[in-house]
Amino acid sequence: MISETVVDLSRLQFAMTAMYHFLFVPLTLGLAFLLAIMESVYVMTGKQVYKDMVKFWGKLFGINFALGVTTGLTMEFQFGTNWAYYSHYVGDIFGAPLAIEGLMAFFLESTFIGLFFFGWDRLSKVQHLAVTWLVALGSNLSALWILIANSWMQNPVGSEFNFETMRMELVDFGALLFNPVAQVKFVHTVSAGYVTGAIFVLAISSWYLLKKRDLGFARRSFAIAAVFGLAASLSVIILGDESGYEIGDVQKTKLAAIEAEWDTHPAPASFTLFGLPNQEEMRTDYAVKIPYALGLIATRSLDEEVKGIKDLIAEHEGRIRNGMTAYARLEALRAGDKSPEAIAAFNEVKQDLGYGLLLKKYTANVVDASEEQIKLAALDTIPHVPSLFWTFRIMVASGFLMLLLFVLASWASVKRNAEDKPWLLRFALLALPLPWIAAQTGWYVAEHGRQPWSIGEVLPTHLSASSLSSGDVWGSLVALIAFYSLLLVIEMYLMIKFARLGPSSLHTGRYHFERLAAAQAAKA
Amino acid sequence: MFDYETLKLLWWVLIGVLLIGFALTDGFDMGAMALMPFVGKTDNERRAAINTIAPHWDGNQVWFITAGGALFAAWPMVYAVAFSGLYWAMLLVLFALFCRPVGFDYRSKLENQKWRNAWDWALFTGGAVPALLFGVAFGNLFLGLPFRLDELMRSSYEGSFFGLLHPFALLAGLVSLSMLCAHGGAWLMLRTDAELHQRSRLATRLCALLFLLTFGGAGLWLILGGLPGMRLAGGFADLGLALNPLHKQVVMDNSGWLANYAQYPLTRVAPLLGLAGGLLALLGAQFNRGGVAFLGSSLAIVGTLCTAGFALFPFVFPSSIDPASSLTLWDAVSSQKTLGIMLVVAALFVPLILLYTLWCYIRMWGRVTSQTIDANPHGLY
Repeated sequence: MISETVVDLSRLQFAMTAMYHFLFVPLTLGLAFLLAIMESVYVMTGKQVYKDMVKFWGKLFGINFALGVTTGLTMEFQFGTNWAYYSHYVGDIFGAPLAIEGLMAFFLESTFIGLFFFGWDRLSKVQHLAVTWLVALGSNLSALWILIANSWMQNPVGSEFNFETMRMELVDFGALLFNPVAQVKFVHTVSAGYVTGAIFVLAISSWYLLKKRDLGFARRSFAIAAVFGLAASLSVIILGDESGYEIGDVQKTKLAAIEAEWDTHPAPASFTLFGLPNQEEMRTDYAVKIPYALGLIATRSLDEEVKGIKDLIAEHEGRIRNGMTAYARLEALRAGDKSPEAIAAFNEVKQDLGYGLLLKKYTANVVDASEEQIKLAALDTIPHVPSLFWTFRIMVASGFLMLLLFVLASWASVKRNAEDKPWLLRFALLALPLPWIAAQTGWYVAEHGRQPWSIGEVLPTHLSASSLSSGDVWGSLVALIAFYSLLLVIEMYLMIKFARLGPSSLHTGRYHFERLAAAQAAKA
Repeated sequence: MFDYETLKLLWWVLIGVLLIGFALTDGFDMGAMALMPFVGKTDNERRAAINTIAPHWDGNQVWFITAGGALFAAWPMVYAVAFSGLYWAMLLVLFALFCRPVGFDYRSKLENQKWRNAWDWALFTGGAVPALLFGVAFGNLFLGLPFRLDELMRSSYEGSFFGLLHPFALLAGLVSLSMLCAHGGAWLMLRTDAELHQRSRLATRLCALLFLLTFGGAGLWLILGGLPGMRLAGGFADLGLALNPLHKQVVMDNSGWLANYAQYPLTRVAPLLGLAGGLLALLGAQFNRGGVAFLGSSLAIVGTLCTAGFALFPFVFPSSIDPASSLTLWDAVSSQKTLGIMLVVAALFVPLILLYTLWCYIRMWGRVTSQTIDANPHGLY
């Protein structure tokens, strides 16, 4: 058995590296698209300022992109290094979208990004524009495939357990592609990326406007970011709501945990706006509720109920007992009795094998679990409620704040009076961290909300880890933290330096600091 | 479409193609960066070397990423056992690779010489360390790795990082390092001029010579019976149906992994190609023909990787402590369905990738000189 320390450390390491990676990814997704839009305007109007915008925001894009690539490498290594049993158990399904991501998306994005930076003098205007769009397309396609993979972890469709190979195998590729969770997740995640890009450009442009420099450049950047951000944040909120939470058992459990919905109430359920969830006593103190809202959001109906945590635990306990039978029958198959009857008997209960495996945390043999252990395993099927409750609300609040900002900024762009509203410019500047707060809390909800599973209903997290020593994982964790911190300091230093310099960093002679220097030289 | 046995064989070929694609493309930028601090004396020379690969290194690196993804999808067991077993070696490669994206993009953003020198050594590390370690890993495949599988197919690894540093593995590391450095040197010969070109030429000559000596030396080691080999002794009645590694029998013998070469003489083309390629690279550098040297180093790469693949066939990840746990291309693979779908995807996309990659290289072709750097000091790396 692997020690719990190794499992916990491996989880910590994966969470840390994934969240760190996702500091850079959403900005890449959003900025790539914004660059393509800006360059389209340049090609259509022929105005130099739009080309300068592509080059300057492209410089910041490059600083961010480098760390996105760097930290993405870790993600690919880590399934194998730290989650070897997971890789064996589900590689047949999970590996496919990853490999397709490489072939279809990474190659496209990474091959053309070189031309984006260095091809200005070697390509015609339209060719370069096409290259920029292909980079944006590539980064979005890569999001599509990785989210198809992730959604399969949340809702493992199109696959079956094979007792001969001791792993899950693909039976329906179409189901994997058209997993309803994947569709919601893709739109939600890429739109959140667009919002991130938009806030980034909006906040930095606002700073130039506040400083009254490079106004023409900043105004145009501000307007494009405002309108693009408005469309994107509407898309995040409308298309990325809780509609994906009614699919599959893990998603239902996650929903109940997010809402701290302890009991199943008659439909339509009310939405808890605020409260203090208490997981031990299974109640929420000081709850402020909005009637009907949850039922409407989650089930899109007035007559379907949202199942509560207590009922889910009872349901899961039944499946765990069933899973013990499945495990016993699997052992018989593995011992060599491959009669059609034995196979049929296993197939009858194999959908609950994963629930049986939850008992591995308490007893290696599974079939000899005590009543108490079964109860404990059933309780384990509910993730940590208070943290999910709060992270979800922080994400939603950040989202609505950004929507408000984009509405105001778009209106100011239409009226052409953003510069006269310093409060709006300051709001935009202060909003800079919001998309990252929303993305990090959002991923916490999605991934912590999936616990105790690495693959929902199929493979518990504690079984997925590699057989390493805790010293190994401690060592890699410390080394990663040290290296990543160093890289973050360097990246932030460059990002701030070039954001401060603004378009003057292009050395065209047309912008603030260079004109200032030229004016001083002329005076002298 | 194809039966399972054929699919398994095709995926062995495809993984090989992806690894060769990686070594041919990312290989020259790793090699060029491993040489860069030595062949580039001035800042402009170093920037010229970096900018020959600036538009391409990221696309090249995707060959590596895709090979990893394909390993995960087609040989999940190999991916799981290799990455977790070789934990510290993998992390070392990973940390070295970290240095590349940031090194390329950040190095020339500041005009501080200390900053730039630091990044030059980071880029050197990002090129030399993976080039060396990939060879060490391949060398260890010939020695077998200390792992076993249990009844539930969970692997446990009983070695350490330092256990990988057997003299034969280190020799294989030198083969790989010198091969990729010769490749990178030939690339720099093609794409630079003046002093930088001349020093790259010298480096290519030295590296090609070292490659010939180490590659030949590793071959002699095997021929003289320095290492045991392995062969399948039964258990797989039908290669298509073989699904569980533990169902086969494997025996260790003293063939030194040369049995395939004895049985199928045609496979001897691979080591000969490796030697001929190395020789061509040497001559190309000697007579100052960059194109010939690059062709030579490319052939050397194809020959060397095929040499290893043919020797180990059908093994892909042998176990030294429990030979039956050894992973082969017959029993460590994904289901027929996954292999079939992934084959279609690869058949559609690999040609497309080759086409647009070629277009990018054509567009960016030409020598990068000191004047190129002076003409655009803020736009280039």
